[in-house]
Amino acid sequence: MLLRPNPSSGVPIYLQLMEQVKHSIETGALRPGEQLPGMRPLAEELVINPNTVAKAYRELEHEGIIELRHGAGAFVSMNGRAKKLTDTMRAGQTMVAGTVERLRARGVTDEEIRRLFEAALAGPSTTGGHGE
Amino acid sequence: MSDALVIETSDLRKQYDGVEALRGLTLQVPAGSIFGFLGRNGAGKTTTIKVLLGMVRPTGGSVRVFGLPADAPDRSVEIRRRVGFVNDEKDLYDYMTVGEMIRFTRPFFPRWRADLEQRYLHKFELPADRRIKALSRGTRTKLALLLALCRGAELLILDEPTSGLDPAMTEEVLQALVTHVANEEMAVFFSSHQIAEVDQIADRIAIIDRGRIVVTGALDDLRENFRRIQLVFDHDAPEAAFRSPGIERVQRNGRVLTVLSSAGSDRIVEEARALSPASIDIAPVTLKEIFLETVVAED
Repeated sequence: MLLRPNPSSGVPIYLQLMEQVKHSIETGALRPGEQLPGMRPLAEELVINPNTVAKAYRELEHEGIIELRHGAGAFVSMNGRAKKLTDTMRAGQTMVAGTVERLRARGVTDEEIRRLFEAALAGPSTTGGHGE
Repeated sequence: MSDALVIETSDLRKQYDGVEALRGLTLQVPAGSIFGFLGRNGAGKTTTIKVLLGMVRPTGGSVRVFGLPADAPDRSVEIRRRVGFVNDEKDLYDYMTVGEMIRFTRPFFPRWRADLEQRYLHKFELPADRRIKALSRGTRTKLALLLALCRGAELLILDEPTSGLDPAMTEEVLQALVTHVANEEMAVFFSSHQIAEVDQIADRIAIIDRGRIVVTGALDDLRENFRRIQLVFDHDAPEAAFRSPGIERVQRNGRVLTVLSSAGSDRIVEEARALSPASIDIAPVTLKEIFLETVVAED
């Protein structure tokens, strides 16, 4: 289910893992209550640092997206955060699609749009949220 | 993960016949980490490792491994007993077979892990009856790694563990290290000039250049904090003196001003806005770029 992160992209590996888990929840590949792979087996499978997997899981728990049950492993939360994630992403998709459509109408190429998004994401945040 | 340091050096210096190999090296390796030690050939990586193992006496500064002074001969014996070490040459007795080499090494280490020996013999597909001199470079490395992993060490020090290995073999070695750290409480300190493998498995790094640490920290923090900020002007770029902390380098080239920052890119962008550039681009910086930007080019 989880793919190998790209270590040389400049994006922290734990963030890439978090994105993948969130994406799996958004697409329904992971459902509330379902178990995630164990941290050690996942580190071995992806050949990444076990501390990195632990950090991704801790952050996901902190965001309320998964629950770490001592001794039992990690599970997708039943508390509605996972569902909210899906809803937020759907709303975001609509907004992004609209923006992309308007930029294309102005003659901005897809490659240029990609660079604009990347520059905006790498820049300072005005709402205080950054990657969360 | 504990906050204890397994390796701690401060202002470490080493001179060989008037040549300064280490020029005030300060390094901190926490327990439980996989620590990548990056540097060009001749930057001082191997000298540092030899000092850590008590094989070379420093000319100045302090060096502690497990809190013990590595420059005191009696303590360095204890350090070597608790460290698994694989050097670049993969020192092994060529006339022995793989099985003989393992049986020869085993009795030196009271905490030898017979379970791991069996696991890695199988996993690495090591031919027990083959003579060491007939082994390929990759198989040699795997045998040296097995001997280091099985001795029940609290710290593994590896000098260029994957040098000369093909990508598949490299991946096998990296996987063995990751698995080992996941299952045993220990730290790995490995030197390398292969940025990709450090990127893949390290959680902390240090970049050494000409005997000094130029960058060190948690890899994720470095990835989050380093930014390249490019300002484009309608006219020649101004001679800007940025005052924000975290400026690593400023480069002027015609109408373009490029700033490499290691922290606080938000404040730098604020400062840059005051120069009224036509555009501001901010991009993440990869470990490879950080490396190339911080080590001095060959002159």
